[in-house]
Amino acid sequence: MKIADDLPSALTALDRPNSYIGRSVPRPNLARLMQGRGQYVSDLALARMAHVAFARSPHAHARIKKIDAAAAKKTPGVIAVVTGPELAKVITPWVGVLSHLKGIKSAPQHAIAIDRACWQGEAVCAVVAKSRAEAEDAIDLLDIDYEELPVVTDAETALDAKTLVIHPELGDNLTFERKHEAGEVDKAFKEADAVVEATFVFGRHTGVTNEPRAIVAYWNEGEQRLTVYQGTQAPHMMQNLFAKHLSLAEHQVRVVTKDVGGSFGIKVHTYADEMATVALSKLLKRPVKFVADRLESFITDIHARDHRVKAKIGVKKDGTITAFEIDDLTGIGPYSVYPRTSGIEANQVVNLVGGPYKCPNYRALARVVFQNKNVMCQYRAVGHPIATAVTEGLVELAAAKIGIDPLEMRRKNLIPDDGYPCAGASGIKFEKLSHHAALEKLVKMMGYEKLRAEQAELRKKKIYRGLGFASFIEVTNPSAAFYGVGGAKISAQDGATLRLDAQGALIVHSGVTEQGQGTEAVLAQVAASAFGIAIERVRVVTGDTDNTPYGGGTWASRAAGIGGEAAWQAGKALRQNVLAVAASILQSEPKALDIRNGLVVDADTGRERITLDEVARVAYFRPDTLPPGFQAELVATRHYVPRAWPFAFTNGIQASYLEVDIDTGFVKLLRHWCVEDCGTVINPQLVDEQIRGGIVQGIGAALYEHCIYDERGQLLNGNMADYLVPMAGEMPDMEIGHVVSPTADSELGAKGAGEAGTAGAPAVVMNAINDALRPLGAKIITEMPATPGVVLKALGRV
Amino acid sequence: MSAHDISLTVNGEAVREAVEPRRTLVDFLREDLGLTGSHVGCEHGVCGACTVRVDGAVVRGCLVLAVQCDGARVETIEGVSDSGAIADLQNAFEKRNALQCGYCTPGMLLAAEELLAAGGTPGREKIREHISGNYCRCTGYEAIVDAIEAVVQARGGRK
Amino acid sequence: MKPRSFDYVRVKSLAEAVIALARHGTEAKIIAGGQSLVPLLNMRMASPAILVDINALAELRGISLEGGSLRIGALVRQAEAEGSVEIAKHAPLIAKALPYIGHFAIRNRGTIGGSIALADPAAELPACLLALGGEVEIEGAKGARTVKADDFFKDLYETALGPGDVLIAIRIPVPSKDMRFGFSELARRHGDFAMAGLAACRDGKSARLAFFGVGSTPLRAKKAEAALAKGSLEEAVAVLDHDLDPPDDIHSSGKVKLHLAKTLLRRIAPELAA
Repeated sequence: MKIADDLPSALTALDRPNSYIGRSVPRPNLARLMQGRGQYVSDLALARMAHVAFARSPHAHARIKKIDAAAAKKTPGVIAVVTGPELAKVITPWVGVLSHLKGIKSAPQHAIAIDRACWQGEAVCAVVAKSRAEAEDAIDLLDIDYEELPVVTDAETALDAKTLVIHPELGDNLTFERKHEAGEVDKAFKEADAVVEATFVFGRHTGVTNEPRAIVAYWNEGEQRLTVYQGTQAPHMMQNLFAKHLSLAEHQVRVVTKDVGGSFGIKVHTYADEMATVALSKLLKRPVKFVADRLESFITDIHARDHRVKAKIGVKKDGTITAFEIDDLTGIGPYSVYPRTSGIEANQVVNLVGGPYKCPNYRALARVVFQNKNVMCQYRAVGHPIATAVTEGLVELAAAKIGIDPLEMRRKNLIPDDGYPCAGASGIKFEKLSHHAALEKLVKMMGYEKLRAEQAELRKKKIYRGLGFASFIEVTNPSAAFYGVGGAKISAQDGATLRLDAQGALIVHSGVTEQGQGTEAVLAQVAASAFGIAIERVRVVTGDTDNTPYGGGTWASRAAGIGGEAAWQAGKALRQNVLAVAASILQSEPKALDIRNGLVVDADTGRERITLDEVARVAYFRPDTLPPGFQAELVATRHYVPRAWPFAFTNGIQASYLEVDIDTGFVKLLRHWCVEDCGTVINPQLVDEQIRGGIVQGIGAALYEHCIYDERGQLLNGNMADYLVPMAGEMPDMEIGHVVSPTADSELGAKGAGEAGTAGAPAVVMNAINDALRPLGAKIITEMPATPGVVLKALGRV
Repeated sequence: MSAHDISLTVNGEAVREAVEPRRTLVDFLREDLGLTGSHVGCEHGVCGACTVRVDGAVVRGCLVLAVQCDGARVETIEGVSDSGAIADLQNAFEKRNALQCGYCTPGMLLAAEELLAAGGTPGREKIREHISGNYCRCTGYEAIVDAIEAVVQARGGRK
Repeated sequence: MKPRSFDYVRVKSLAEAVIALARHGTEAKIIAGGQSLVPLLNMRMASPAILVDINALAELRGISLEGGSLRIGALVRQAEAEGSVEIAKHAPLIAKALPYIGHFAIRNRGTIGGSIALADPAAELPACLLALGGEVEIEGAKGARTVKADDFFKDLYETALGPGDVLIAIRIPVPSKDMRFGFSELARRHGDFAMAGLAACRDGKSARLAFFGVGSTPLRAKKAEAALAKGSLEEAVAVLDHDLDPPDDIHSSGKVKLHLAKTLLRRIAPELAA
C-alpha cells in the first residue's frame, strides 16, 4: 500500500503560508468523474441535434467515379446526404506546411474527399440523420463506384523514379527532408576503435484514447455564431481554424472543452471529419454531433512513429563516443497534417539523437515521404522514443562491443552537470540538466549491483533476465520557436485571469486545458500559493474560448510550466490589487499588509486585519465608502511565454528489469525505474503519475502496439482485439525519483513532465531484452514491437 | 423493426421504455435514460468502459442488448455512487490519483468492487488480473492497483 | 458502429425455439451470452433478421452427473462453471481452462454452450471438449441427437450444428482415476485469444492432445498422441511437424505457432505423467 504523501526531497521552496507548491494536493475535479458525472463531449445532447456518420473509402487509393445517394436519402431518419463537392461550398481546404520547416510540402486536403480517396478510411460522403444508427443504415445504401488506383505503401520505395507520385502537382513523394552535419564526422569515425551500426525499425502505432474523438457543432443562424463542443487540447487553435475555413471572424466562433477522455496528442490536430461536422452544422443550421467509433478511430486518428533509422556510433576503447550518424526515413500518409505538419517527428529525431552526450560529431539525414496509409502526426513524446531508442540502443551496443559497463559508458559521455549552459550537436540549447545526478540516483534506487549479481546467478539456472537503461532529454515549455515562427496560429504564450468573487473566493480562468493530467489542480495550487488563500476556496475554469484568456492549450508538456507561470504572476498581481483595496479600507499601506490563509494580515506580525469577503463586500457593494478616485480592481490577468530559451529541455534516465522466456519469446516486465528532472515539482503525485502513464504508453510501443498494414494499404488489425494496448496484467510497478533543476526563465521554475515516461520506456525495454539475450549469442533486436516472433527469430528458434 | 416494451429497475428505480432490439444496454442507459456515467469506448467488448451490473453481475454494457434486460435489475456508476456503496473505493482512487481523464473510471470502479465484494485479500497480481479487461490509457495502472489494494486491506477481507 | 436492425424473440421453451429457428432459417441467430455475437452485430459483420434469445430456457441450465458423464447445460455461464464443485471434481481440465477465457465480465455473461457452438479456433472450451472426448447434445427440427466432439468441429466457425439446431448441453465422460490433465496457452495479454494453446489428457493407455489457435478448428495431434502414449515426449514433439500446419495470422507466423505448440507440449508433459 503506497497511499502516502510522497514528497520529493529536494524541491525548491516557495515558502509562504498556503504554499501548495511541491505538495500532492488531490485534484479538485475527481469526484464528478468517479461518480459518472463528467461532461465528455460524447455525453452531450442538444435540442434538434443530428448525428453524422461518414462513408469511408475501403481502398487505400481510389478515384470516386460516382456516388448514388437516392436510396440512402429515402432511409428513415435521414436529414441530409452530403458529398465532398457539396460541402466544399461551405468550407475551404487546408495545406499542412510551416515556413520554418524548409521545403516542406503537401497538397490541399478537403473535409470530405472531392474526387479521390488517398487512404483507407478517408471520408467520401457524409450522412446526417436523427441517430447514429440511422445514419449508418443510410451509408449501407449508398452506391459508391470506385476505380482503384495504384498505391504507394512502402516508404523505402516511395521516392523511386518508377513509383507513382501521389500528388503529381508536387513533383515527387518527398514531404520534407532535413540534413544536419556538425563537427568532423568522417574523421571521428576513422578515429574510433569500434563502429557499431544497426537499423532500428519502429512500428506504426496510434493513441487509442479511451474516449474517441468527439465533437458537437452548433451554428446558430440567429446569432450568426458557431459553438463547438470538442474534445481538444487546443481550443483557441481550433477557434482560429474553424473561423478561417468557414470564412467567419474568430469572435463568431466559440470552442468549449469540458472533460476529455484522453488526448496524448491525438486531439490536437485538424481532422477532416471534425471539420466536416462543423461545416454540416453551418449548412443545416442545427447542432450536429460526430463521435468516431473505435473502428474509424483506428483508420483516422493520427498514427505515429513508423520510422526506419539506419544508425551508427563510433567509440574509443575507453568508452568515449566519437560520433553519431543517422539516416531516418518515415512515411506519413498522403497529407501532412494541418496545422502542425507531419514533418515535426522526423525533425525532432534529428534534434534529439545524441542529445544527452558531449559528442560534437553528428551527421543526420531525415526524409519524410507520402504514402497511401492513414496520416501520421505528433503523438505523445513526438520523436523522443525514436531518438532515445536509437541513441541509447547504440550506446549499449557499443558498450557491449568494447566490453564496458553500460552505466560507465554513460558516465564517461554524458554532458557534465556543471557543463551548462551549452548546446548539443544538433544545435539544441540546454539551460541546465542533471544527467549524472539522475544516473547516480537511479543506481541507488534500483540497487544496480545487486540486480547484476542476481542476473548472473539466475543465468546459471537458465533464467534470462536483462537490465536496460536510457538517458534521455525531453522538449518542454516550447516558445514560439515550435510553431509560431512557422506561421501557424498556435499560441506559445498563455494567460490566466484571477478574480476575487463576492465572498472572497478565487476564480481562475486559464488558457491551458485539462486532459486529465491535473492541470486544474496545478493551477489551483499555484494561484492559491501566489495569492495566499486555502486551495478549497479556488475554482478553476478552463476550456472555453469565450471565457478564458487566449492561450495554446495542452501539448509539448507546456501546461504547468507556461500556464502555471501565468497563474503565478496573475496571483501576485491580484494580491497587490486586493491589498490596495484593503489598505484603503484600513487606511494603511499595501506593503504593510499581506494575504495569508485567506485573511489580510499585518505583514510584520501576521495579525488579522480584515477578511477577504469583507474586502470583496466593500469593493463590490459599498464602493461609495472608499476614498474618492480610488477604484478597486479585483481582477488581474497576466500572460507568460518562455523567452530566454526556445525550449526548456528536461532530462532523465530510465531502467527496465525483465525476464525473457527463451522458449516462447515472451517478455515479462519485472520492474521499471525513472529518475527525471522537470525543474520545480508543483505536485509530486501528479508528476509521478504522468511519468508512470507515459512509461506504460512507451511499453506499449516496445512490446505490443502496431498498426499492421498490408501492401495494398489495408489496415489489418484496426480493432481493440487485434491492436494490443497495454493492460494491467502485464505492466510492472514503477519507481519514480526526481532531481530538481528549475528553469530560471520563470519564477516557478517548472518545466514539463508529460512525455518523459514515453520518451525513454521503449529504449530501456529494447535494451533490457538484448541484455537478457546477450549470453545466448542472439541477434540484436532493434525492431519494435518486440513480439514473441521477433524474439524467437533473434534466438534462432524459428 | 418494431420497438419492444421493457420494464426493469435501474439504480432501484422502475423504468418502462420502448426499445429497438438493436439498442445496446449502454446506449439505452446513456441515450434513453441520460445515465452517461457508463461510457462507450470500443463497442466490441474489449475496453470495459461500458461496465455495468445486471442482476448483480458485472457485464459489458455494449455486449448486452437492452431488450434482453426486460425484468432485470441494472446498476450503474451513478447508482452505486449515490448509495455510498463504494465510497471507500472512490476515496482511495482520489487519494492515490488513480484516474486521470476519468473515462475508464466508472467501469474500473465497478470491476474493482466485484473483486472486493467477493471477500478475501487478493494481492497485487490478482488485482491486476481482475482489472485486466478494463483499459486505462492514462495511469499505467499502478495507481489503480495501489488504490484497490488499499481498500482490500481496509476492508480486511469482509464481504 | 451500431447494429443493423433486427427483430427479437425471447423464447419460453425449447420447442418454441426450434419452431422459431425453423421458421426463419438462416435469417435467424440464437443469442445466449452474446459475448461473441454482439460485437459482430455492433460492427455490422453479422446481420440476422431475427435474434432468438434462449436465455429463459430453464432446461438448458444446470450441471449434473448422469450415468458416466458430467452434463453441463448450454446456458451455464462460464463464471458459474468456474465456481462449480462438480466441474472441478469431474472435469478438472475445464476447470483449469475457464480462467483463461476473456475476462471476468465476459465470463459473467458468456456461456459454455455459446463457446462450443461458435467454435472459435483459438478458444479454450472447444479444445477441452475435444481433448476430453466429450459429446454435444443437439435439439433440432428433426429431434434430438448427440454428436461426438471428434465429429463436431468441421471447419473455421463451422460445426455439426445446422441452421435450425440448438446446442442443449455438453457431456464429458467422468475420467478414470489415473487420468491426468494438462492445460496451457500462450496469449500476448491476460484474457486474449491464444497464439497457441493445448488441452490434454492422458491415462495409462492413451493420450489426447487438442491444440487450439493453430488451425481452423481445435486440432487433435494424433501422431503425437501415439508417441506420447508410448512414453516418448521427444518423438511426440518431433511429430507435431506432421500433425500441425498452422497458418500465418496477423500476430505471428505459422512457424512461430508451431514452435509454441511444441513448447506447450514439453511444458505440459510433466503434468500428464502419472
